[in-house]
Amino acid sequence: MHWNSVGEFFAMGGYALYVWGSFGACLVLMVVEPLLAKRRLSEVRETLARERLADELDHQSGSS
Amino acid sequence: MRQSIIHWFKYASPQSFYPLAGRMIPWFWAAAAIFGIAGLWISFFVAPTDAQQGEGYRIIFVHVPASWMSMFIYLVMAFWAGLGLALNTRVSGMMAQALAPTGALMAALSLWTGAFWGKPMWGTWWVWDARLTSELILFFLYLGFMALQAAIDDPRRADKAGAILALVGVVNIPIIYFSVKWWNTLHQGSTINLNKAPSMAQTMLWGMLLMALAFWMYSIAVALTRVRAIILERERHTDWVKHALE
Repeated sequence: MHWNSVGEFFAMGGYALYVWGSFGACLVLMVVEPLLAKRRLSEVRETLARERLADELDHQSGSS
Repeated sequence: MRQSIIHWFKYASPQSFYPLAGRMIPWFWAAAAIFGIAGLWISFFVAPTDAQQGEGYRIIFVHVPASWMSMFIYLVMAFWAGLGLALNTRVSGMMAQALAPTGALMAALSLWTGAFWGKPMWGTWWVWDARLTSELILFFLYLGFMALQAAIDDPRRADKAGAILALVGVVNIPIIYFSVKWWNTLHQGSTINLNKAPSMAQTMLWGMLLMALAFWMYSIAVALTRVRAIILERERHTDWVKHALE
């Protein structure tokens, strides 16, 4: 371990902007992308569930 | 023989691939987390300070994995697209479509982290040299593939048009890879070479490989999540989808 303090770690030997700008961008995009993919999946599932319900209601009102 | 062929084709149907993908996703997330934590630990606490670039070189631990993945995902995407074109299998086109946004993200990260590395080391965020420009073209190829598919209403026709674009675009991958050899460029040569010992400290190499594995596992997990959504979107009027969500 070659960091003497937390401050030294975050300073990155004067390259803080560049190192944290790079790792930060990766972190942000790699958190957002899976959330968007999951939302897309849950949205289509909800739509399908609504359609199913609508079909069932159609069916009930049709048979009565 | 015959049976093994049938077995493989079984997973080529959206109906059996949908639950299979769902079962695989948590494992890829777990692998991504383990490789990511180990890789980050080495990146910041084990790998020594670089003699020339000080701590600034640590950008390599995200820059190289993102760049590798941007090229590798393109090849995988073109493979699936080509397979779909040749065999007309439904899942292939969906896989290609699911991979494109993740590939575009990796290309964007490669360009972004490259700019943040270039500024302190070369004194500029961007130069129009061979390596950087060909990577930018890769990013545009991903965007073009996604835009083309989005512009065509019929998904099967969108798959075919996208597949041709993806296959023609493959020519760009060797151009990116060999650009540092073929042209005079500001970008340094590859640190890892198949026919000679890597020109970097062992711990740096391990950090980079672990981060690359983390990015790889991440890409698979996200692409599988997206392909599940695409499967449901495209197969919504089939019986199996209606029963699968009960």
